[in-house]
Amino acid sequence: MLEALEQASELSELQALSERLRDYFQVDHLVYHWVSGTGTQYGCGTYDPAWVELYIERDYLRIDPVVTGCFQRFHPVDWKMLDWSGKPAKAFQAEALAHGVGNQGFSVPIRGPSGQFALFTVSHHCDDATWASKVEAARRELILVGHYFNQKALEFEPDRAPEAARALSPREVDAMTFLAMGYSRAQVANTLSISEHTLRVYIESARFKLGAANTTHAVARALQHGLIIV
Amino acid sequence: MIRFLYADSLTTHSRLAASMFQDRAKQFSERLGWEVSVNAAGEERDQYDALNPLYVIWQRPDGLHGGSMRFLPTTARCMTHEHFLHLSDGAPVQSPFVWECTRFCLSQNGGPQTAARLMLAGAALMEGQSLTHFLGVFDAPMERIYRQIGASPEILGSVGQGRSKTSLGLWSYTPAAKARLVQKAELSDAMMQHWYRRAFGAMPPPKSNAA
Repeated sequence: MLEALEQASELSELQALSERLRDYFQVDHLVYHWVSGTGTQYGCGTYDPAWVELYIERDYLRIDPVVTGCFQRFHPVDWKMLDWSGKPAKAFQAEALAHGVGNQGFSVPIRGPSGQFALFTVSHHCDDATWASKVEAARRELILVGHYFNQKALEFEPDRAPEAARALSPREVDAMTFLAMGYSRAQVANTLSISEHTLRVYIESARFKLGAANTTHAVARALQHGLIIV
Repeated sequence: MIRFLYADSLTTHSRLAASMFQDRAKQFSERLGWEVSVNAAGEERDQYDALNPLYVIWQRPDGLHGGSMRFLPTTARCMTHEHFLHLSDGAPVQSPFVWECTRFCLSQNGGPQTAARLMLAGAALMEGQSLTHFLGVFDAPMERIYRQIGASPEILGSVGQGRSKTSLGLWSYTPAAKARLVQKAELSDAMMQHWYRRAFGAMPPPKSNAA
């Protein structure tokens, strides 16, 4: 799944991927929505097109508690934690439910470069207990995929400034090099005299900078870009 | 009590916020002599306070600031990447599971348990937000406090000597360190969880094998 995400080369492919990711996470809907620093919007996902149209037409961006509650913040939010008490919010919620959005949701707010902001959301129709266990089982993965989705979307931004080469730190290069040599995580940690817990930071940071879906891809990319030599 | 507040929520806690920024001026400008800007109201603020960071604040019974720290994600603009890159092993640490923690500040009237209370709040935040580490900038006295608590950071780099030594490091909590914190904080873990839930909702249930 993440491999396909990595190979995506056009925005239209992100749409197809959002559908596959929805199936992977076994949720009713999966949506990615970004707002750039200059106000440009882009979205893809599995909501009913009629709902998307209505959302834009009625400028629900201003009312939607998910947007107002997540904008400028950076911790993932279960929709139950948001303020749905106002009259416009209640009307909005009824409309969303009528369009099959689902009574449950979990959104990951993401801050990108130059004021870019994005929301990665999964929504579903089920009871609270089922939802809580579903989200907790997938929480880390949802955060990861959300950030990864955003990195891909940023790559496709037509007028984006050329990004400075994503430098790896010496520690990150060490970690990637030993992994490329076939060392286990325990062996890498021992060699670098750090705990495996700390090693996770270097691997995760390198993965993030390389825009790779997982450690194996991060190693492959580091090799491909000549960042590590084995 | 411990409050978890984004900058945009400080407007509803103006006394608390003013006392926090004033205590920051006292600590960073007066006591440590850092070159930080202090406004006419005696408040220390920088450009990262304008990025809507998350503050974790110990609020004293009189409603004022007892101690605080400031969090930003390492995947976006943050202070360590822009000002402490020279301590950062040459390239920034960037991960959705590492948040930056800066401006760890203790009021002189905060009480001896304040540092441990803040650290315990950090543990709740780390656990609740599925984070693996905090990336922090701290001075020599803070490093000693961390060490005493048993949550010694892994130092990535340091500059300066003695009391004016400033370091960048990654920290995390072992279960033993958390137990020591509960003792030093004179607060139950259940109380901390309650304050955390007020801000963020339910804590994820403990898991054995995370995917």
